Amino acid sequence: MSDPILELSGVHTDIAQYHILQGVDLVVPRGGVTMLLGRNGVGKTTTLRTIIGHWQAKSGSLRFNGTHITAMPTPARARLGIGFVPEDMGIFSDLTVEENMVLAAASGPLEQARLEWIFSAFPPLRTFWKSEAGNLSGGQKQMLSIARVMAEERQLYLIDEPTKGLAPAIVSTMAGALRDLKTRGASILLVEQNFAVAKALGDTAAVMDDGRIVWAGTMAELAGDAALQERLMGLSMEAH
Amino acid sequence: MAAQFLNRTLSGDRPRSLILTIVLLAILIGLAFAPFLFPGVRSLETAARICIFIVLVASYDLLLGYSGIVSFAHTMFFGLGAYGVALASTHMGRGYDALLVGTLAGAAAAAVLALMIGLFSLRVRAIFFAMITLAVASAVAVLVSQLSGLTGGEDGLNYQIPRELTPAFKLGELFGVNISGKILNYYLVFFASLLLFLLLLRVVNSPFGRVLQAIRENDFRAEAIGYRVVFYRTLATCLSAAVAALAGSLFAIWLRYVGPDTTLSFEIMLDILLMVVIGGMGTMYGAVIGATLFVLAQNYLQNLMGMASGATEGLPLIPQLLDPDRWLLWLGVLFILSVYFFPTGIVGRLRSGD
Repeated sequence: MSDPILELSGVHTDIAQYHILQGVDLVVPRGGVTMLLGRNGVGKTTTLRTIIGHWQAKSGSLRFNGTHITAMPTPARARLGIGFVPEDMGIFSDLTVEENMVLAAASGPLEQARLEWIFSAFPPLRTFWKSEAGNLSGGQKQMLSIARVMAEERQLYLIDEPTKGLAPAIVSTMAGALRDLKTRGASILLVEQNFAVAKALGDTAAVMDDGRIVWAGTMAELAGDAALQERLMGLSMEAH
Repeated sequence: MAAQFLNRTLSGDRPRSLILTIVLLAILIGLAFAPFLFPGVRSLETAARICIFIVLVASYDLLLGYSGIVSFAHTMFFGLGAYGVALASTHMGRGYDALLVGTLAGAAAAAVLALMIGLFSLRVRAIFFAMITLAVASAVAVLVSQLSGLTGGEDGLNYQIPRELTPAFKLGELFGVNISGKILNYYLVFFASLLLFLLLLRVVNSPFGRVLQAIRENDFRAEAIGYRVVFYRTLATCLSAAVAALAGSLFAIWLRYVGPDTTLSFEIMLDILLMVVIGGMGTMYGAVIGATLFVLAQNYLQNLMGMASGATEGLPLIPQLLDPDRWLLWLGVLFILSVYFFPTGIVGRLRSGD
């Protein structure tokens, strides 16, 4: 694999007294979608939060675009071009949809062409542009959280369970938007429990267990091997 | 055209409630024409105090309501501005230059002190920042009381201001009211307060204000977008402190006296907190409503209770309950009721239209 956008080597992260990441080695290639999979509680969210800097790695190294970011504060990582969509949507509910989007374009004004692209992916955002984000439905809030990270060009998108708890119609809107982002050449590290979405979007995959990456390869390879899925995650994708 | 001007003046932040608009207009007209509508020393004193407290409370709302920062040092910054004018006027003598130097020095000292407190404590959890501000404010209040050679100690400082701003200066009569320097002084306070309030309104509705609101809601999310939380919090603290100091300077110019009790006491800090909560946190207009109601209650609740006590003289228990000496008890009851019925403050309730 040549010139990966992100490399984690031997990353250990503690949250309070708990040792969550126990030596994560992960390579995210430039361009395409890398799925980060595994059962609940194996450290997927902690991995994303360690990459953005919410949790500081206790040891190990993180290299983004060849730059060591291990000791870098979160805003500096964001300014390098890492966008993050947290599991809890991460919108600012007291602000309007417009204000959320303007804030998300931290490096300059929101481009009109980009905004039109976002509106085409998530039409309700145009309708509720001047509304308080806190008044949106769950699905619309999730659309806004993805739209916010799309508000400007990022080098890497970290997205944590974007379809969690959403109605099937909205899941398909989300998947469509992420596919669109992918075809524009974006690099995405995606945590996703919906295997249909994972199979449809993923190019490469890494499976975690007990705070470590236990398997890495192509998504097609994983999706086509039910026994491997059973061994790694205790279930078969075909069942979902 | 007029609507556009109004929108620009209010930085696009309209009251968004008919009742609120009417109340705010009534307060604005009442304060703008206070010397003519409510002649008399006491009412002018109350109106000036309302103007100054609107600015002081609005500057605190920038911290508490918009940035989610709890500080107990706001009266310290208010006091720095007041003592700046007092010390400059004492040492430089009567003159506008002394007022200007004192005002600027007070605001600069407040901003620098806020910067130091912010850099040392805004990185840590909010509760530590609150505790540090409490400690620093107490230390400064004690210091001001002890350094009597410089600050006048517990007695405070009396000083002279330009004659044009004192009752001794007479200009003539207008609409049956004698226009004295005190009225000119009032209009200095009124227009400066209006300007500072509009400035704060501009700040909270600027991109900077939006980032503060984002940080208040979730500092990690704001950081993940690329905003340096400590920088924004520190800047908000410095700005809030400088505006509080400017309010203090206006207070010193108005009173021609400063003392620890009138500018630095913890009681004033509690009053500011109550005014912000009653008016509505994070609304700016809440500062106007909160300060007006509270200062009016402080000044006139006793009179009102005296009248009510007299009117109910023949009844059992009620005259005793309404005794003017119990005004603080009723102020407390009013506060509890307002928090119970208006948990988002009066402005929040009016805007929600419930």
